[in-house]
Amino acid sequence: MLYNAPHPLEVKVLTRRFGLENSASIDTYLATDGYKALGKALDMTPDDIINEVKASNLRGRGGAGFPTGMKWSFVPRNVDKPKYIVVNADESEPGTCKDRLLIENDPHQLIEGVLIAALAVGASKGWIYIRGEYRYLIDIMDKALAEAYARGYLGQNICGRGFNFELYTQTGAGAYECGEESALLESLEGKRGVPRIRPPFPAVSGAFQSPTILNNVETFCAVPAILRDGGPAFSALGVPKNGGTRMFCLSGHLNVTGVYELPMGFPLLKMINEIGGGVRGGRKLKAVIPGGSSCPVLKAEECDLPMDYDSLMKAKSMLGSGGVVVMDEQTDMVKAALRIMHFYQHESCGWCIPCREGTTWLKKLLTRLDAGRGTIGDVNLVGDLARNMLGRTFCPLGDAAAMPTISIVEKFRDEFEAKLANYTAPRAQSSQFVVV
Amino acid sequence: MNFSPQLEQKFADLLTHYPEGRQRAALIPMLMFAQDEVGSITPDVVTELAKRCGITPLQVDEVIGFYSMLHRKPLGKYHVQVCTNISCLLVGGEELYEHACKKLGIGHKQVTADGQFSLEEVECMGACSWAPAIQIGYDFHHAVSPQKFDQLIDALRKIQ
Amino acid sequence: MPDVNLIIDGKAVTAPAGTLAIDAAKTAGIEIPAFCYYEGLSLQAACRMCLVEVEKAPKLLVACTLPVAEGMVIHTDSPAVKNARKYTLEFLLTNHPLDCPVCDKGGECELQDMVFRYGAGESRFTDVKHHVDEKQWSPVVYFDAPRCILCYRCVRICNEGMGVGALGVINRGVISEIAPSHGDHLECDECGMCIDICPVGALTSGAYRYKTRPWEMQHVGTICTHCSNGCKTTLGVRNGEIVRANNRDRSGINNEFLCVKGRYGFDFNASTERLQSPMMRVGNGYEPISWAKALQIVSEKFSETKTRGGKFGVIASPHSTNEDNYFLQKFVREGLGSKNIDHQQSGDVVTLIDALSGKSGKLAAFEDLYKTKAALVISSDLAQQHPLLAFQLRANFRHHAMKMFAVTPGPVREDQYAKRSVRVEAGQELSALENLRDELKAAGELVVLFGDAIKGDAVRKLVDFGESLGIAVKYICLVDYSNSRGAVDMGLTPELLPGYHAAPAGGLHADEMLAAPDLDVLWVVGANPLEKASLASKAFVVVQDLFMTETAQQADIVLPSASAYEKNGTVTNVTGEVQKLKAGPKTMGAKPDLEIIGLIGKEMGVRVGIWTSDAVFDEIRRNVRGYNVPLPIIATGGAAVTAPVNGRVPVETRPDRVQSAGDTLFTSGSLGRYSKTLASVLEAPGALYKP
Ligand SMILES: Cc1cc2nc3c(=O)[nH]c(=O)nc-3n(C[C@H](O)[C@H](O)[C@H](O)COP(=O)(O)O)c2cc1C
Ligand code: SF4
Ligand code: FES
Repeated sequence: MLYNAPHPLEVKVLTRRFGLENSASIDTYLATDGYKALGKALDMTPDDIINEVKASNLRGRGGAGFPTGMKWSFVPRNVDKPKYIVVNADESEPGTCKDRLLIENDPHQLIEGVLIAALAVGASKGWIYIRGEYRYLIDIMDKALAEAYARGYLGQNICGRGFNFELYTQTGAGAYECGEESALLESLEGKRGVPRIRPPFPAVSGAFQSPTILNNVETFCAVPAILRDGGPAFSALGVPKNGGTRMFCLSGHLNVTGVYELPMGFPLLKMINEIGGGVRGGRKLKAVIPGGSSCPVLKAEECDLPMDYDSLMKAKSMLGSGGVVVMDEQTDMVKAALRIMHFYQHESCGWCIPCREGTTWLKKLLTRLDAGRGTIGDVNLVGDLARNMLGRTFCPLGDAAAMPTISIVEKFRDEFEAKLANYTAPRAQSSQFVVV
Repeated sequence: MNFSPQLEQKFADLLTHYPEGRQRAALIPMLMFAQDEVGSITPDVVTELAKRCGITPLQVDEVIGFYSMLHRKPLGKYHVQVCTNISCLLVGGEELYEHACKKLGIGHKQVTADGQFSLEEVECMGACSWAPAIQIGYDFHHAVSPQKFDQLIDALRKIQ
Repeated sequence: MPDVNLIIDGKAVTAPAGTLAIDAAKTAGIEIPAFCYYEGLSLQAACRMCLVEVEKAPKLLVACTLPVAEGMVIHTDSPAVKNARKYTLEFLLTNHPLDCPVCDKGGECELQDMVFRYGAGESRFTDVKHHVDEKQWSPVVYFDAPRCILCYRCVRICNEGMGVGALGVINRGVISEIAPSHGDHLECDECGMCIDICPVGALTSGAYRYKTRPWEMQHVGTICTHCSNGCKTTLGVRNGEIVRANNRDRSGINNEFLCVKGRYGFDFNASTERLQSPMMRVGNGYEPISWAKALQIVSEKFSETKTRGGKFGVIASPHSTNEDNYFLQKFVREGLGSKNIDHQQSGDVVTLIDALSGKSGKLAAFEDLYKTKAALVISSDLAQQHPLLAFQLRANFRHHAMKMFAVTPGPVREDQYAKRSVRVEAGQELSALENLRDELKAAGELVVLFGDAIKGDAVRKLVDFGESLGIAVKYICLVDYSNSRGAVDMGLTPELLPGYHAAPAGGLHADEMLAAPDLDVLWVVGANPLEKASLASKAFVVVQDLFMTETAQQADIVLPSASAYEKNGTVTNVTGEVQKLKAGPKTMGAKPDLEIIGLIGKEMGVRVGIWTSDAVFDEIRRNVRGYNVPLPIIATGGAAVTAPVNGRVPVETRPDRVQSAGDTLFTSGSLGRYSKTLASVLEAPGALYKP
């Protein structure tokens, strides 16, 4: 079982079963009041359930931070189409490795969350779309699903209450873009992972053109707790409009890295210094990517803020997917910019011109700049091109590529200039990330 | 073309997972599982799965080309994937990749002469907090130092 | 939908709610540039060229998927919009080779035009472009990936428009590429729509590539001379020779459509086998003679036969113009005093007209195919024999969910979307209909298309069935060639005068002429009756044709005639639309049939009227029921529907003689044999429908 030693400052709600003996088994789950929230939900009206979730101020953990209760309320009531639930377990945002733990350590919590969502919108089927690299999670999940079917928590007449729901796993095959909700739905339907034109949004026309609730793993995993302890209680764990706890994935130059469940609004510096044990080797902090590589980076001096959607919005960055990547004073920011762009270029689906061509051009420029070649003009061009991709692409991947790039050239321009100044011999080939 | 009974069973189940007439949805899982068994996605696999999903071979090709885990050429028995994305990069992912190239004597997307190992520099694999990370086949290995890497490879070399 | 009011660039615009901003702007005369948007095909929002500024919206929006709303204020040329376009184009050019000087599309390339109008003067891209080598996918389709801008128009026209699905997208990101159905080659209709619809030079035509620059051609709008569907085609004529045929300007009833024959089948016209001088049989060979000599011989023979009351037999063509045909039958009936004129009928139009007597508005016009709520196809493979009708019906299905019913002997492409497909033995078609009665009735409106399997009484029964449904039903009798319908209208049968008036009884049918032992003169104008039949008599044979056909090889005198592409005049398509031919290329020595007939008459001193196409058409409008069509429409290259005739056709017809040649998508009677391109397509690995 992959998980790190708990930290005293953690508030364990979603991770409360982590570390228990056979935490993934249904017996452990039931023994620790598993599926109690489902029982509660079965006695509630759909509206009550949705209102409870609204009251919890739960916001989507996949990246966009959209209020979950509101999203559920968009599902049309009286349409004759079947309704579906889709779990986004594509977890591909660099710096993010939390959904993996939630499924590995407590798959039934996810199942229960999905079942409650199904009750809230009257869904009959669901799929857990798991990125292809997480094959072992598919096996864990399938085992959990089998247990749930066997114990009557899935299938026909669930808990003897005439509630029917089928839940399946579905594997991805290696495409970051399939984390984007509409691309995921295309992929689920057996097609290329190219996003859809929206509107209509999934809530109205999603999987197989039926109304669909699509949420991140962590979002669903928070739902049982919300029903169990009540929306307000969950909300109270966090800060206003940012309810509950969330999983923060600490990585990079820290003494202690790992995934920790902390209340919304937890101070970033405290996270770095107390949870992460400070920057490695006593070095100074240079920068932090606060929520996965799509987010604009924060300079050290900008890091004194609480980790919630609104505070990061104010700081012109994003809470994103909870991937906190810490960089020390020796970090080569030009190279970081290149590696990040290299990723988005590799993952661009190719559908729209600004992203397809923009990321490719930017990667070429950054490759040159990282090698110390190129000109100051190239540095300006990088910023200019990124700014002119922003908001013009078909889906947010283009923005995800542009935002960190813009922030790095703006905040660390001196490093680009220094590289150009110190250029001596050509660098080794391998730094050019030849992945195609 | 036929697959192993177990796989045929898996396919049969898969096809029941989707709404009526939407069996094409089984394509990507089928491709992944077929690749695991056959070793790569051969032209036969393409025509066969096209038939089973009720689509044209071209529609299958469109899908294969989109997903980076689907391969038309056989990989090594042990497919070594080294992440060099940001979190891994910060803690030596790139050096690890360069070390892997030397250790295995091959480069990106290449296969050793004996067909035992193939190497791929990959994107974030969701192990950022335990970086640098690699996957051998579907197995994760965390906080992999060059030494640890050598031990892993040597162990595998012994097996054969 | 109710109308909404909005403002685009300060202009007040009113459009039905749900109209896309890009279309609403067009109605206001404002162009919003776009690559991937293509009217009638599914939406992509991929090229991002159509970004516009909408007041109160946080960012620029794509006009191609933006439904207009009440009170919307849109700016299509604000600084922000201009800037966005400039960047999109600069991005596009980073991987687009600038080989415009040698590119087929140069001069008519949408990318060139866009960069010219909206682009940046200079590019800041100094790195290496992604290159892939050019591929040949079929004898007529080449693909140059680097030039492709991934607008997916080709993929959509092939999948959605044609229902063929021979094109797709492989790979991901910047190496995404359009790919053909069979790995390295296409298996498809070879219609070439993908080439025409490509905004750049990524898809090029094997027949046209590297032959010329667009501005070195005259562009002549005329009508395709192959099948009966009557597609408008724009001939690119250079030094009197056709180098290209397309319909990129989307003019005419066929919009962007052209099939393989229309797009590539023009090369028969420049065939080295074209006759360029009159020929006279000498021994068992032929010798070229002057027009003067030829006309003299023919007219003397004709006059001599006429004066001693000898027997003429005249067989005309379903490819010749209405003017040729009208003038010919008039000359034969009035000038030569013979009743013996006929042509090969490929559909039983006559019985249909008769069965519909007393009713009006019963013959479906082309536009009905796009509007009707339902269509019933009986015994015809539309995709093969009537590709434009198939295209139009599919468009109706895509845009209005029209209900298709197919009653055919074998599988047809319409099965893809048909509400019901029924397989029947020949002869069982009508009985099969009974089972469809309720569904057809429920559709509320119907167009029935039937092939030559339905003739004579079967046509009457079919009409009875249709009329018994109690819904609005219209009919289309499917015929083979470019003027098959016009030929009947013009009275090219022994029992009918122009406009379906009864002719004096006793005229011979084609087969009777060939069989008659006492035939004195056989005059064949653009037909090939002796390809399969033989001539019983020792008749003097005069043949007007483009080629030394089987029939011409038995002629005493062969007169080289001009092809439809070299003529002016009109033709009438399968749905009764009259359209104008415009002469493009020229073949030395050949003359239009109308002129030849006129000259023969002149030699004989027999005058039946002026033989200019305008004069004859004027007479047709006055004398032929249904042809009194508005001239401006025709003159401007439009299609004028001939008003359906109304009233009994008071004659005994011989439906048993009605017989379709059963051409496939890649054949076109005798003409097709002289097209190298059609032949090359047939030999290629991807060829469908081997005859
Ligand atoms: C390019 C791109 C990649 C994304 N990847 C993921 C992902 O890996 N996992 C995820 O849960 N959401 C991802 N998202 C966000 C999803 O589109 C969607 O907003 C989210 O799954 C909704 O669930 P939530 O409301 O619970 O966050 C991605 C979005 C974009 C634009
Ligand atoms: S921004 Fe465009 S190319 Fe990029 S991933 Fe989205 S749709 Fe594809
Ligand atoms: S960056 Fe390597 S696993 Fe996430």
